[in-house]
Amino acid sequence: MPAFEYAPAPESRDLANLKPSYRPFIDGEFRDGGGEPLKTLNPATEEVLAEVSTASDADLDAAVKAARKAFEKIWGPMPGSERAKYLFRIARLIQERSRELAVLETLDNGKPIRESRDSDLPLVAAHFFYHAGWADKLDYAGYGPDPKPLGVAGQIIPWNFPLLMLAWKIAPALATGNTVVLKPAETTPLTALVFGEICQQAGLPPGVVNILPGAGDLGPKLVEHPGVDKIAFTGSTEVGKLIQRQVAGTPKRLTLELGGKAANVVFDDAPLDQAVEGIVNGIFFNQGHVCCAGSRLLVQESVADEVLDKLRYRISTLRLGDPLDKNTDVGAINSREQLGRIRELADSGEAEGAQRWTSPCPVPDRGFFFAPTIFSGVHQSMRIAREEIFGPVLSVLTFRTPDEAVAKANNTPYGLSAGIWSEKGSRILWTANRLRAGVVWANTFNRFDPAAPFGGYQESGFGREGGRTGLEGYLDV
Amino acid sequence: MSERVTVAKTYKLFIGGKFPRSESGRVYPVTDGKGRFLANAAHASRKDVRDAVVAARKAFGGWSGATAYNRGQVLYRVAEMLEGRRDQFVAEVSAAESLATRRAEAVVDAAIDRWVWYAGWTDKVASVLGAANPVAGPYFSFTVPEPTGVVGILAPQKSSLLGLVSVLAPALAAGCTTVVVSSADRPLPAITLSEVLATSDLPGGVANILTGRAAELGPWLASHADVNALDPTGAEDRAELAREAAGTVKRVLAVPAEEPDWTKRPDIARLRRYLEAKTVWHPMGV
Repeated sequence: MPAFEYAPAPESRDLANLKPSYRPFIDGEFRDGGGEPLKTLNPATEEVLAEVSTASDADLDAAVKAARKAFEKIWGPMPGSERAKYLFRIARLIQERSRELAVLETLDNGKPIRESRDSDLPLVAAHFFYHAGWADKLDYAGYGPDPKPLGVAGQIIPWNFPLLMLAWKIAPALATGNTVVLKPAETTPLTALVFGEICQQAGLPPGVVNILPGAGDLGPKLVEHPGVDKIAFTGSTEVGKLIQRQVAGTPKRLTLELGGKAANVVFDDAPLDQAVEGIVNGIFFNQGHVCCAGSRLLVQESVADEVLDKLRYRISTLRLGDPLDKNTDVGAINSREQLGRIRELADSGEAEGAQRWTSPCPVPDRGFFFAPTIFSGVHQSMRIAREEIFGPVLSVLTFRTPDEAVAKANNTPYGLSAGIWSEKGSRILWTANRLRAGVVWANTFNRFDPAAPFGGYQESGFGREGGRTGLEGYLDV
Repeated sequence: MSERVTVAKTYKLFIGGKFPRSESGRVYPVTDGKGRFLANAAHASRKDVRDAVVAARKAFGGWSGATAYNRGQVLYRVAEMLEGRRDQFVAEVSAAESLATRRAEAVVDAAIDRWVWYAGWTDKVASVLGAANPVAGPYFSFTVPEPTGVVGILAPQKSSLLGLVSVLAPALAAGCTTVVVSSADRPLPAITLSEVLATSDLPGGVANILTGRAAELGPWLASHADVNALDPTGAEDRAELAREAAGTVKRVLAVPAEEPDWTKRPDIARLRRYLEAKTVWHPMGV
């Protein structure tokens, strides 16, 4: 059945206030970086958006030094009640500039404006609001009276939620009294640098927040910099392992938010239409560029055909295309490189004998796009069932008993998230209890909130972000 | 009349609730502080480590799934059994650590009390570390602490009983199962502790205690893909172990370079590090 045709409703890109060039934010000011400049692309059109000056080794030193000085002289000794007010200011400024930031995020990342506007930006502001309130209440966080900050936090974030990951990292670090040096992803540095402006507008003391754009080689340098006391990394498990190795044997603290291969378990008594919505949200939200995406669908055999039929129908109504169009459901893949990885893994699914179905939606001839795809007849040994694809590709497996569902769901070295669909409360709680995952969504998926701790088991990393639990990673306890 | 000849004991490993000899057939002599021979201890091998990890994994479902109340009862029972064998532990700790009887008594008493302290935590930790999350939406969201899994412990080298109890009890109280490598030169109190654990309703495999060298066995524990956390307290080359552990994103406890003073009052830091936080969401509505 064809989808309703809507007239295009693009958001104006002028709102992004896009500038021809962006610079590192060090010690409270924007400076020319000494590194190799990079060009950041709009993945939906492949046009160059802006030139970004990147940080050299000297810039990194300067940023760490500024952060150290700010930690020792200003931010560390400042009463929590005063730190709180800066965080509240930042939260408000983000709300005020949220439309601009959402458009800029969508231009740089390729995600639909509907998601950056309605999901990312409200959460970004919420993280600063939530943590602002903690800054003067740390005595009550359960780590003993007057817990101390760690010092300078080096933070490395991925390209899938550029500003949201920044908020997840910076808000708790500042609330607990640390100062930060943050490296945004190579392909999505723009909103992080605009965040530097917000720090200026908030009157944040220089050096408390430093933002260093750069390529992949800047990350390891930040990790091994002797002036850094704590490393927080969100990204792939592969890189997380390298960082853990790098940090091993040093006094640096480490938290890791790594990959996942979440099972979304659908029992035969599930509300199937709701479940289908949840499955779609679980894997096609943000083009599947979500570490906690529900990329392995486990359906009880008796309803598998029905679920698959409903899924294919629903997915064929998803609109893929211009991320700035408010009607777009699935935007652009963030980079050519990532598109190549998704294609390679999807091809391996076919080669290993799974049945591929791809949405018949039209795909733009420019930009990096990948149409929503489902594999059925997937076995646990296949690469598409084991490796993180990080794209709009769903693998469907079946099970017969709840025990089998749990065994298959847990059959992975990852343990970030999971979904359960059933109308029976006791079955949901039984299953939730047995799934080895840090976040379990029952009859819903992809819910985030600063008050709810998020993070993984096993090779999905350690440490939590959000909630009282999330403060621990930035306190010397 | 000749003096009675005592019955000497053959000390063995503790794996899966049983007392096997080392698969390697190796033993090493254990002496007291003055160099007098006390006994031969089993010299555990890589294969013994693997067997112990298998036993710990097998026991994990039952131990982590038991009610907190039940786990507390079992751990308290350990304290009861320790108390019953107090004199034996005093003699062994005294010999192992070259302590005067009075000092050894204080150490054993502290070890018993420590066990009682952790036993009482099992059914409190969820309410202290868990949360009902006030999320901005019509969802019920709660966070519960859950045990990390199988924990590899390189026990303190100096404090043969109190140190061992201080690192083992929090892992068990958290609901984890364990593979412990005891103090190399002072292993006998650890083996006697195994006998206590074996008669304390602790399911077989929940605690596995190996006597041997941390330097030899530590790397196998650190790199084992089915071990979820590592306590390197008794190890020398901790940086190398931490690098090995990175291969499986293992949790590695941050421990001080020098062996801590175990007589100090503990806090819940060790307990907390063996717990994962699981956040569960469900929509609210009618």
